[in-house]
Amino acid sequence: MFSLGYFEWFNHQLLSYDTLTHIWFLLLGVLITGYAILDGFDLGVGMLHPFIAKDDRERRLVMNSIGPLWDGNEVWLVTFGGALFAAFPNAYATVFSSFYTAFFLLLTCLIGRAVSLEFRSKVHEPVWRRFWDFGFFLSSFTAALLLGIAGGNIMAGMELGAKFHYEGSLLSQVYWYPLLVGAMTTSLFALHGAIYLYLKTEDELQARVKRVILPLFFVFCGVYTVVSIATWWHVPHATDNLFSAPMLWIVPVLNFFAVLNIPRAMHLGRPGYAFFTSTMVIAALACLFSVAIFPNLMLSNLADEYTITIYNGRSSHQTLWTMLVIAIIGIPCVLSYTVVIYWIFRGKVQLDPNSY
Amino acid sequence: MDVEILSRLQFAGTIMFHYLFPPLSIGLGLQLFLCELMYFRTRDLAWEAAARFWTRVFAVNFAMGVATGIVMEFEFGTNWAVYSRFVGDVFGSALAAEGIFAFFLESGFLAVLVFGWDRVGPKMHLFSTLMVFLGSMFSAVWIVVANSWQQTPAGYHVVFHDVQGELMPRAEITDFWAMVFNPSSVDRLTHTLIGALVLGAFFVASVCSFYLLKGKHEEVARRCMKIALPSALLFSLAAAMSGHDSAQKLVETQPAKLAAMEAHFETTDQPTGLWLFGWPDTASETVKFGVQVPAMLSFMVYNDPARPVPGMDQIPIDERPPVWLPFQTFHLMVGLGTLMILVSATACWFWFRGNLIEKRKLMWAIIVMPLAAMTANQAGWITAEVGRQPWIVYPSTQDGVEMMGLKTADGLSESVTAEQVLSSIILFAVIYSLLFAVWIFVLNNKIQHGPESPQELAEYKAKIGKGDMADLIEHRGTSRGHGMMDEGVL
Repeated sequence: MFSLGYFEWFNHQLLSYDTLTHIWFLLLGVLITGYAILDGFDLGVGMLHPFIAKDDRERRLVMNSIGPLWDGNEVWLVTFGGALFAAFPNAYATVFSSFYTAFFLLLTCLIGRAVSLEFRSKVHEPVWRRFWDFGFFLSSFTAALLLGIAGGNIMAGMELGAKFHYEGSLLSQVYWYPLLVGAMTTSLFALHGAIYLYLKTEDELQARVKRVILPLFFVFCGVYTVVSIATWWHVPHATDNLFSAPMLWIVPVLNFFAVLNIPRAMHLGRPGYAFFTSTMVIAALACLFSVAIFPNLMLSNLADEYTITIYNGRSSHQTLWTMLVIAIIGIPCVLSYTVVIYWIFRGKVQLDPNSY
Repeated sequence: MDVEILSRLQFAGTIMFHYLFPPLSIGLGLQLFLCELMYFRTRDLAWEAAARFWTRVFAVNFAMGVATGIVMEFEFGTNWAVYSRFVGDVFGSALAAEGIFAFFLESGFLAVLVFGWDRVGPKMHLFSTLMVFLGSMFSAVWIVVANSWQQTPAGYHVVFHDVQGELMPRAEITDFWAMVFNPSSVDRLTHTLIGALVLGAFFVASVCSFYLLKGKHEEVARRCMKIALPSALLFSLAAAMSGHDSAQKLVETQPAKLAAMEAHFETTDQPTGLWLFGWPDTASETVKFGVQVPAMLSFMVYNDPARPVPGMDQIPIDERPPVWLPFQTFHLMVGLGTLMILVSATACWFWFRGNLIEKRKLMWAIIVMPLAAMTANQAGWITAEVGRQPWIVYPSTQDGVEMMGLKTADGLSESVTAEQVLSSIILFAVIYSLLFAVWIFVLNNKIQHGPESPQELAEYKAKIGKGDMADLIEHRGTSRGHGMMDEGVL
């Protein structure tokens, strides 16, 4: 059995408890960004699929464009959950018990998506297929919306009372601001998914996909602008970190250019570049979100001292360190086989006997 | 009903439903890998047809496991927030390790396994199958480690943190490897994994017996039986041995659980007997309608027929687990285990003699054996978890210091109401019933359709070689059961 001794030395020499805490805040950000980017496009594909595909063959093409990938994409969320549990157990416990009902709805959606994909193709009956088609659309749409609603609530703060005890309810979580953020994530994922579909399809289907990209882009831009203004007005503390560290303005500026670059790249006829750009938009938005909430994980609207920060929410020094070692060993493995899988399934989607 | 009962029901229900699928994934994963390995070595198309067939069954089962597994991970936070705070430092790291070491591996290579048949070479495909199988094993490793730590905690200390004026306890890691290799993890893991392998072997044997009885797909079925029957016997025997080992440790680590499993109420100076069956009654502390083998428990636990085993009276009243349920589930598990050994041993014998197919009753017994294996897995799980009560984290002694445990009743989320839990139970009851029905339906469809014959597979491969893929796809969807090309569909 090898020991952590060598690492131990490195740990105590170079990393303080606070540094480790910041590293974990960053790593969680990476995990949730990875999730939004990867599951973002397959949620988008799910949302678009009833509108884009005309017949059964096209529906199958659309579904199989994400066939080998969606399961791995969802693992990012699962790993985020595990890592949050380990690194910031107080935040994990409070966030998930506060979002109780919303979270069970999200879980229902994730289950619904998995089984819609898996079961749809198993029977040749139009009614059966229509049922799972609808399930696939509804669960993808609702999941994207709920993720945005949760993000909006985390931004704006929630009724968090003494001793991490949540005092609000589902109704106090669903009001105009989180709904707006939900509309933004939904439109962004739809756009991201459309560009992905454009990459994976051909001929007539591809032409149809192309026609929706620009309208989706304008919808997203509209909602994005409204959300930015609303955040300025409703969540004034969101810009605190930007003003205290002006260097960070580079994130919204880059985000702005990235957004504009999407129609440019499509116009240039470089859809791969456009997809990369929409990936960057999601990454930039996730960075903005992290900058806005840092160092809070769950802000209390009731009193400042009830807020869960990364300092009062974290686990012990030893655990953060052990987890970092796990991450250092695990992440290169994960990245390498992710690359291998995406490489094997590169190119235009084709149906074969193993497809859904 | 109150939040505690509802949350416990919800957890028990969702985890038992989830636990239908991972053991089958692990067990089938091995059978699948062996089929592919045989194909790889012999280049006999019947083996490839078998591997393609089991892959389709595996994929449906795997999707169910993933879908229901996500619920488990987040249920700790939603329903058991106080527990999550207490153990996050320890339990969370095992869960995160599961994500990074197991889930990415299995979900990634599953894509190659299921969708990669005609895209990657046989070597890469074999490798992917192995990775998926290993991934599902690693997943079990970390989850059983986390669970075992709750049963027999080690490598931690309890630290009190000041939260707005109140001191709140938390378990924190002091020694990662002591946490991972806590006193029960290796035994429990071995037993759990073997239980999964038994299920997989019997599942394959069951489907193949069905084909052989009906005279369908005989070529493929005969080959799979050759792997499935011996492994069913081997793993059933191993399960009995590892179960015996676990029970021997139990007397030191969790005597209350052992006493409950055996309905051993009173400690005496006499050797302790073993109940073969019975109906324990906690109120009168007796076992009704039971048959007991004298001194057997002493012999089993201590290898010494004279040494008495401590009973329930050694445990403080408020720390005693329920007796009836662990007793019955434990005896059910042991009974089914014995049955599986007998059936697989007899089947192997007749298979070796070459006349198994004539023994129709035995063939039917093999067909229903997966149900026995599944029931035994579930029963074992209930014994382990109910026997742990009323503790969610067992109290322990670390370096001579008594550590506090956490009672299940104290682990709940404070902000969650009974209505919320009840409505989520109803929601999940509806979804899970639907899922279960669909799963059975699809599984049945796949088994009815069966593997393609080696000839069909050969024709198909020849067409792929000529690039007639588009032509092949045109044919699909027009009628049912149209051979190879209908395959992804049925």
